Amino acid sequence: MIISFLIDSLDRRGRIVVGLLVALALLVPAGNLLVPDGNVLHVSTYQLTLCGKYLTYALLALSVDLVWGYCGILSLGHGAFFALGGYAMGMYLMRQIGTRGVYADPVLPDFMVFLNWKELPWFWQGFDMAWYAFLMVVLVPGVIAFLFGWLSFRSRVTGVYLSIITQALTYALLLAFFRNDMGFGGNNGLTDFKDILGFPIQAPGTRAVLFAASALMLALGFVVASAVVRSKLGKVLVAIRDAESRTGFIGYRVEHYKLFVWTLSAVMAGIAGALYVPQVGIINPSEFDPAASIEAVIWVAVGGRGTLIGPLIGAVAVNFGKTWFTGVLPEVWLYALGTLFVVVTLFLPRGIVGLWGRVVTRRAAPAKEVDGSGRQAGEAA
Amino acid sequence: MTDKAEGSLLYLDNVSVSFDGFRAINRLSLVLEPGEMRAIIGPNGAGKTTMMDIITGKTRPDAGDVLFDGSVDLTRLDEAAIANLGIGRKFQKPTVFESHSVEDNIALALKGRRGAFAALFHRRSAIEQDRIDALLATIRLSDKRDLLAARLSHGQKQWLEIGMLLAQEPRLLLIDEPAAGMTDAETAETASLLKEIAKTQSVVVVEHDMTFVRALGVKVTVLHEGSVLAEGSLDAVSANPKVIEVYLGR
Repeated sequence: MIISFLIDSLDRRGRIVVGLLVALALLVPAGNLLVPDGNVLHVSTYQLTLCGKYLTYALLALSVDLVWGYCGILSLGHGAFFALGGYAMGMYLMRQIGTRGVYADPVLPDFMVFLNWKELPWFWQGFDMAWYAFLMVVLVPGVIAFLFGWLSFRSRVTGVYLSIITQALTYALLLAFFRNDMGFGGNNGLTDFKDILGFPIQAPGTRAVLFAASALMLALGFVVASAVVRSKLGKVLVAIRDAESRTGFIGYRVEHYKLFVWTLSAVMAGIAGALYVPQVGIINPSEFDPAASIEAVIWVAVGGRGTLIGPLIGAVAVNFGKTWFTGVLPEVWLYALGTLFVVVTLFLPRGIVGLWGRVVTRRAAPAKEVDGSGRQAGEAA
Repeated sequence: MTDKAEGSLLYLDNVSVSFDGFRAINRLSLVLEPGEMRAIIGPNGAGKTTMMDIITGKTRPDAGDVLFDGSVDLTRLDEAAIANLGIGRKFQKPTVFESHSVEDNIALALKGRRGAFAALFHRRSAIEQDRIDALLATIRLSDKRDLLAARLSHGQKQWLEIGMLLAQEPRLLLIDEPAAGMTDAETAETASLLKEIAKTQSVVVVEHDMTFVRALGVKVTVLHEGSVLAEGSLDAVSANPKVIEVYLGR
């Protein structure tokens, strides 16, 4: 029933996106493993891992768009949920190292031995079991987001004030995770991973599977987001974004709707973080940096907020630009990013997707444009 | 106190509220019978909108009783709970959901379960569709149903908002300056629309426009400095020397 509910929720464009992601999940690993080096279609392991990282960013961007684009909650702290999911995965990967660490302690990760800790802290218990760790990937960001949302939405903190406290949330976590006695590896974070689910994490096959998992998880996230956005609940979210008090006076409990989408979004961000960590091989407190959360907002703005495809395009395009720029002209990147944000805000309020929508409608039917364009731009999935 | 409240739809007794020492509402008392339509007039700052805020749960009064249906204490409920009791509110500035179609605006306002999970799995039934069609006909927007609400004219937005109120099937409608910014033709049409609505629902209209109030032809309450100055037919209150002094005479 849930499956048919989810599939029904996709429109034609949504089906194309999901189809493309599934194809990507199959073809890119095939290009890496099956096509011999030197062939034009060969995908190097570097490219595979890089693209896998982009896909996790795309999932993060989608989660930001769900709250910002559809419900008007500008979160400048979504990186916190991404990082929490990442840390939960990192803790599992640390416990997988076992006796292969520098200090060869069968239970304690290296940094704990180094700090002279004698036993595993309570919150590290259970992370040797994959199912428990994966549950925490969902639960930790979800519960923290729920509590944060419950307190702030119930007190009617909105607009720029909410944005500021989301920044405060991620900054507070940044400072906390920097401390060695928090028990998360402090400044260095968690790294030197060996295995995931018993498979060597550096092996080409494992990397290919991680890439495929990222693509499929993004597809799933897209389907869920689409189901939410196209349901009546999604319409209430947009109603809240456009006229919050009117929505309340019609009888909808605005805070409940916000809390639902906020928590769902945080869980998506957490899953994205959990897929990111094994691919980049490290998680450290810099993921909590407020600037990282702001970057995610820029991806969404560039791609086109309030559309489902926009954040995917934005995240991939901006990060591709970042990889290219930081390789060629590293000192220029931040200026380029800032300029991009200003240009998009001023000239492309609907991002790349909006620009595309404008081009298409202008070409297709210049006469019919009057009634159709706004709606099409608004509903471009 | 509850004796007088019995049988009334809306009962305000000795209600006061201050903002930073300014008494916006000062010992205000007002009783509305079921099925009644009432016009509220008064100069700027008389407390008309604040009174609406108190009834709909946006503002908590410092003192006094606000009872719905003779017994339900509105001062203890929030906006959503009050809306679900059957009190609908139209704002002064038309507020509709601009990025939704006209039809979706009505569909969202339609009486029904308001929970998040109910909304997630909601499918529109045939009964609901009929109801939406009927409402669109009432507010004369059937041919604009697929248009985004943002594209409606000012007057059409006012009607859409009234349609959304009707979709809630409220027992009491609070309407803030429905004729503001309307053309004469739209004003006349709005008056007849409200009179039609008043056949089945209780209505409170706050209005500045005297020709509009006259067109409604109902009992009038004059507010001044947060309390009731006079009450009666429009002719009676217009002749009241106190009213002339503070409001009509100038």
